[in-house]
Amino acid sequence: MTASAPSAMKKFLNDPADVLKESLAGLAAAHGDLLRYDAAAQIVVRSDAPVQGKVGLVSGGGAGHEPMHGGFVGLGMLDAACPGEVFTSPVPDQMMAATKAVDGGVGVLHIVKNYTGDVMNFKMAADDAVDEGVEVESVLVDDDVAVQDSLYTAGRRGVGATVLMEKIAGGAAQRGDDLAAVAAIARHVNERGRSFGVALSSCTPPAAGKPMFDLPDGEMEFGIGIHGEPGRRRGPIASAHEIVETMLEAVLTDLKPAEGAKVLAFVNGMGGTPLIELYLLYSEVDQQLRAAGVEPVRNLVGSYITSLEMAGASITLVELDDELTSLWDAPVHTPALRWGV
Amino acid sequence: MTAPLVTEPIVDTQTIISWLNETQVEIGARSDYLTQLDAAIGDGDHGTNMNRGFTAVGRALADQAEPAPPGRVLILAGKTLISTVGGASGPLWGTALRRAGRALGDAETFDGQQLVEALDAAIAGVVELGAAAPGDKTMIDALAPAVRALHDSLDAGEPLRQALAAAVSAGEEGAESTVPLQARKGRASYLGERSIGHLDPGAASSVIILSALQRVVDREQ
Repeated sequence: MTASAPSAMKKFLNDPADVLKESLAGLAAAHGDLLRYDAAAQIVVRSDAPVQGKVGLVSGGGAGHEPMHGGFVGLGMLDAACPGEVFTSPVPDQMMAATKAVDGGVGVLHIVKNYTGDVMNFKMAADDAVDEGVEVESVLVDDDVAVQDSLYTAGRRGVGATVLMEKIAGGAAQRGDDLAAVAAIARHVNERGRSFGVALSSCTPPAAGKPMFDLPDGEMEFGIGIHGEPGRRRGPIASAHEIVETMLEAVLTDLKPAEGAKVLAFVNGMGGTPLIELYLLYSEVDQQLRAAGVEPVRNLVGSYITSLEMAGASITLVELDDELTSLWDAPVHTPALRWGV
Repeated sequence: MTAPLVTEPIVDTQTIISWLNETQVEIGARSDYLTQLDAAIGDGDHGTNMNRGFTAVGRALADQAEPAPPGRVLILAGKTLISTVGGASGPLWGTALRRAGRALGDAETFDGQQLVEALDAAIAGVVELGAAAPGDKTMIDALAPAVRALHDSLDAGEPLRQALAAAVSAGEEGAESTVPLQARKGRASYLGERSIGHLDPGAASSVIILSALQRVVDREQ
């Protein structure tokens, strides 16, 4: 018997302090055809960057949400990702290095999730980039309806719509749109996108070694984000049917889709929920949306924006028009998303 | 002119370096505590991040070829925090130290009045970047009353050592005052009413940093 406490963290690690760089080295080893890992600058860059004449897309945020963002670097999506430590925003030096690495001469778009730290660090980097002569636009993602957007909060969090924005804006950049146009399409995704997340378990950041919160048997969290932060309320665990009802009601009430709207429906796993349950949730989403007069014409089901090993799921809806639909369908080749190539 | 009876303490580069080193040790020792505070209402990384940042500051100071004036040392420390901490704490504390450093300029030494001006500049930088007001449950709730107490105490003619002790007490009280507050800034604000009843981690680390300054001045003067 070892002396370890029963609650000791069980993870595949060497040294918890090295988890990020060792994971990024693995990403690069597995997908060297698509991307490279610049360990000194702590960034993941598309292997053929900079693509001359193409708007560069840079995103970033804390690690622990894999495959976001490094897994979305490649053709038709991101040109570079700046991963911070687990659940910690990256630093301006990373965004600056990424911006320079992907600048193909026609400007760089920063995709920033609305978290205090991400916003501050990206702002500092954008100011520096402009000083160095690179044209930079920033787009904020804030799609989480669980947070009240008011003077009394930091505003809504950027969650599931980030993935969809990165794909759709990536498609626009790939087809040759200019910086203003790519930024406008990205903003459109954010304006017409809403999300809501729930958790059945907490998660354990490697450096903390303990779960972020305790969730007693039979209870779940409603309105969680993607950093293991507790949600806005706790309630008894319900049937999948009822849970999806609650989630969709929150999303649809806020999104207010047009009558007969076509949507992209994204059922996302938080890291610890198996695909069998995610498809079960998607079946509920599909039926309940149709019953509400909303048509899910495109979908994405899987764990793409995660919170380490948290069991849980989020639902994101983006109301589509023809342009967004064609950009969603456009070819993409990244470690995590691949079609049309 | 008669010489003053008590020589007013003068702060120099060594004081600032000792402060930053003391901060590194203290943040390191209390890293788990800060992380646990953050896990309750944030994302559980405050101690780890601040520890990484001040460890890097320690390295940057050790690598300095020759001692720079105190303002320059603070600017170097601020830049190092911005480059290594991430999150909101990196830009906020980085900006605070940079602004304090700029306020001091190239002066080789400074007194209590200049120190308080530097701290005013630091707080102004934090407020500008984070847009936090008193009562939002942030580091400002500890820093603002601490610097106000420092002002009051110095204005009343008290020596710097005593003024800093008053500042730390006010900072501790201010940090404690965040417990019943509902957070309106940062990740804790996502919790709404559930943020009530918890000490703000940024206010807690602010007190640690202020106490380190107070101890160093107390020891060196």
